[in-house]
Amino acid sequence: MSEEMMEEGGTIKKFLYVNRKAPYGTVYALESLEVVLIGAAFEQDVSLVFMDDGVFQITKGQDTAGVEMKNFSPTYRALEMYDVEKLFVEKESLDARGLTEDDLLVPVEVMTSEQIRDLMEDQDVILSF
Amino acid sequence: MLHIINKSPFERNSLESCLRTASKGSTLLFIEDGVYAALEGSAKADTLRQAMQDYTVCVLEPDLAARGIAAKAMDGIKRVDYAGFVDLVAESERVQSWL
Amino acid sequence: MALEVGGKSVETDEEGYLVNLADWDEEIAGELAKSEGVEMTENHWEVVNFLREYYNEYQIAPAVRVLTKAIGKKLGPEKGNSKYLYELFPYGPAKQACKIAGLPKPTGCI
Repeated sequence: MSEEMMEEGGTIKKFLYVNRKAPYGTVYALESLEVVLIGAAFEQDVSLVFMDDGVFQITKGQDTAGVEMKNFSPTYRALEMYDVEKLFVEKESLDARGLTEDDLLVPVEVMTSEQIRDLMEDQDVILSF
Repeated sequence: MLHIINKSPFERNSLESCLRTASKGSTLLFIEDGVYAALEGSAKADTLRQAMQDYTVCVLEPDLAARGIAAKAMDGIKRVDYAGFVDLVAESERVQSWL
Repeated sequence: MALEVGGKSVETDEEGYLVNLADWDEEIAGELAKSEGVEMTENHWEVVNFLREYYNEYQIAPAVRVLTKAIGKKLGPEKGNSKYLYELFPYGPAKQACKIAGLPKPTGCI
């Protein structure tokens, strides 16, 4: 949290983006990513959760050439440069899909449902996708 | 008869509804988010393995590749491209899409 | 809209950004720069090429803040600051340099 912001009188809030949709079947994942990138300009305390089919957004090896859609998965690796560094993934969602942390293309912290519950309770604002 | 499933089995009940009503010998084709049903080691893998006893199970390869799971799809599933998709539809007298 | 360069015609959107990234070459970049009133020097090309590499890797045109930081990391602090970048691209490094690099308008840039 920058001192500068505090001096300017800006209040830093905790924002949590909850991502629950697979990447290409609907537009939720891409929309969420764009909101995160745009919102990063406001220098808030941002966290992202990937749960349910949202974990598929950050699986390695996506190749969309055959479906003629934009592969936006590399952009998740740019989040760090936007100071969005807190990425959480629900363990139960990974397990149900036969996935592990090794299948993901960005460093994340794997959390249990209980930990995600606590994370949600700790936020000022939750944005749902 | 051809049954097309385009929704994730982890999010919708399309796969269950299809399996409840599809007659033996039918062909199931997974496309779009439906292809996640093909994931080896997932909570749906046993359901699909069971289904392979009674049905021909196909998956649209470009949709698998887009989602990064081409290497993780179960054995015994037939992979088709867009031309194969067209052939399946053309060969089938009836098509049910589980939207 | 279309941009005519050396007998070729490439498609641009209503703001002059290339529609297809793959259409880009240095000649087209030169033409896009001319339309922005930018005279390309080695320093301009350095930023433009940096942006193309960045896009190639992350599939996104970076916000100015991120671009500045990333350039500083790669090319040093004397180039990784907004004064330097605005001198090269007076109407905004993200907007002008991205256009010349053939990238879409940066996300969040209105």
